[in-house]
Amino acid sequence: MKVTFPHMGHLSIVGKGLFDQLGVEVVVPPPITKKTLKLGIEHAQEFSCLPLKIILGNFIEAAELGADTIVTSGGVGPCRFGYYAQVHREILQDLGYHYEIIVVEPPDTHFSELIQKISYLSNGKSLFQVARALRMGWAKARAIDVIEQKVQQVRPREVRTGTADDVFQWSLKKIDAENEIKKIWEIQRKTLHELDGVPKDMEKTVLKIAVIGEIYTILEPFVTFDIEKHLGRLGVEVSRSIYLSEWINDHLFMGLMRVRSTKEAAQMASPYLRHFVGGHGRETVGSAVRYAREGYHGAIQLAPLTCMPEIVAQTILPVVSAEEEMPVMTIYFDEQSGEAGLVTRLEAFIEMLYRKNDFGKRRVQSERLFRN
Amino acid sequence: MNAYLGIDVGSVSTNLVLTDQSNKVLQAIYIRTQGQPIVSIKKCLGMVLKKHPDVNIKGVGATGSARQLAGVITGADAIKNEITAHAVAASTLVPGVQTVLEIGGQDSKLIIIREGVATDFAMNTVCAAGTGSFLDQQAARLGLPIAEFGQLAQKATLPVRIAGRCAVFAESDMIHKQQSGYALADIVAGLCEALVRNYLNNLGKGKRILGPVVFQGGVAANPGMRDAFSRALDREIIVPEYFHVMGAFGAAIIGKEEAGRQGGTKFRGFAAKNLDVAAESKECLGCPNHCEIVSIVNGEQILARWGDRCGKWSALNNAPMTSEEEPLAHDLKHA
Repeated sequence: MKVTFPHMGHLSIVGKGLFDQLGVEVVVPPPITKKTLKLGIEHAQEFSCLPLKIILGNFIEAAELGADTIVTSGGVGPCRFGYYAQVHREILQDLGYHYEIIVVEPPDTHFSELIQKISYLSNGKSLFQVARALRMGWAKARAIDVIEQKVQQVRPREVRTGTADDVFQWSLKKIDAENEIKKIWEIQRKTLHELDGVPKDMEKTVLKIAVIGEIYTILEPFVTFDIEKHLGRLGVEVSRSIYLSEWINDHLFMGLMRVRSTKEAAQMASPYLRHFVGGHGRETVGSAVRYAREGYHGAIQLAPLTCMPEIVAQTILPVVSAEEEMPVMTIYFDEQSGEAGLVTRLEAFIEMLYRKNDFGKRRVQSERLFRN
Repeated sequence: MNAYLGIDVGSVSTNLVLTDQSNKVLQAIYIRTQGQPIVSIKKCLGMVLKKHPDVNIKGVGATGSARQLAGVITGADAIKNEITAHAVAASTLVPGVQTVLEIGGQDSKLIIIREGVATDFAMNTVCAAGTGSFLDQQAARLGLPIAEFGQLAQKATLPVRIAGRCAVFAESDMIHKQQSGYALADIVAGLCEALVRNYLNNLGKGKRILGPVVFQGGVAANPGMRDAFSRALDREIIVPEYFHVMGAFGAAIIGKEEAGRQGGTKFRGFAAKNLDVAAESKECLGCPNHCEIVSIVNGEQILARWGDRCGKWSALNNAPMTSEEEPLAHDLKHA
């Protein structure tokens, strides 16, 4: 059995770490490129959203490397993604790929099913070994997120563009190769220290912008033309409404770990939106409220074109924006998106925030971010 | 004489504005880009030098979709997006403006301004119906010079309702109305109304459009569109004197501000119009993305580079070099 799974940001490092511990052979799909997208567009329905197409491309490319079993997620509620595993199954079958597909439904609604599927995959490993594998996945996910949050703070301030990203890429390789939890913590400590040492311009006025919206779009940089790097170059410190480790903690560990929870975001959506609308629609609204109250200068909502939960959120965001006094811009992505249009909108949004804000107070705050 | 340059290189037109210290327009140039931005920028510079041979440029700003290119060729002090440039220009020429409607060759923008600062904006995303290129096309199809198109709309007695949601369907609906025998003036006026509806539906979502409202961009020359906006918004529409070159005007003001901050301009001088600037594109084979890398070269010297997703080529922009010293040559297809 050779297991593969979709790419979503740095998910592959976490997934590989977990399956390696279970003794399952893993085929990580090649990094998402234009070729992946092309394969997805060619074989998926035109009207399905971008995540379906790119993930389909991942599966086709992984099959070429010998993968025969897919582990992918299902979903509940009005978001179409819950149905996509079945669509992928049909398309792959028609194309002649013989995949076994294991669909993991959200663990917080079907927990026993998850355990069943893991024990099937691991060929009857003991619960102890399963727990160790989960801890390994968690350690990697958390280390990546902690480091990336620091990178998001360094990017707008670094003297030479790209320094923080070089350090980040180096640490990702290290984390990926490591299979001892203690060593992962050490890499995390070392990398944070190194990021502290990156030459920075602390006098620079830096805007704080939140990236909110649909989970796949905000986690997968290929889809958004690496929007966070663009923002960093434009002098913006970015925070994301969902980090992978937070999602894992909320849905897999029932919020056992002490990290920020998207459940708070969902609560903060009230009174603007009191219902579950599928996907992360409610969290998007709630995150806008949360970031506005934390003093962020603006928020950018990202979603794949035709994403229903995010369309619901988008119609509510102008009210949130006016009431909570924080500008919000919405950008949709699909295979037709162009980088030039994106950059023009980002520049205009940021320029607007710069001309609007008084930065006197905020500079003091940002100086405490780094040790030196 | 001290002066400031603003250059706006768009999809359809290349505009240049020369201003003095007090933001007064000394010269406004509007020529067609015709897909040759480098040639048209040089041509504009030549026209400035011809009219003002003694001019001393103290600051340059560039905007428009070819703003990076224009910035590199002239040595601009500020390279800013079109939305900022248009907002700055409108609030300078029409103090107190609260809404800017801008329709150019291929895009349209709506900018909300409060107390002199842009607070919200929208740019057309999925549809280019109602922009200059579409109007141009329809005028050509009807055999009308574009300049007469709007005046004909003003002669309408009863504008026909045209489905303007999509440019292609708008055209089929117009043809259908023509075949049914409606007067051309009524159809043209109906088209203007449909395009205004489309604009307001696409860009105006949830935004409060307050007066004074300024209408600028090439399409503002069309009195049919002006009247349609005025009727749809039920208020007076102001079309500033330099409506067709507002982006360039805004760029000149921003260039002046930035040169002031830096304490001098980076302008290459009018010699820029004689530079042997060319764009060379190569494919990078460093990863499966196969980005098309564009290099702007002046003879042997590489002035700038962009088009890469990873940033390793554009990062070289800070270190000018010649093509002899290519550090990443092994990635290039035609190296």
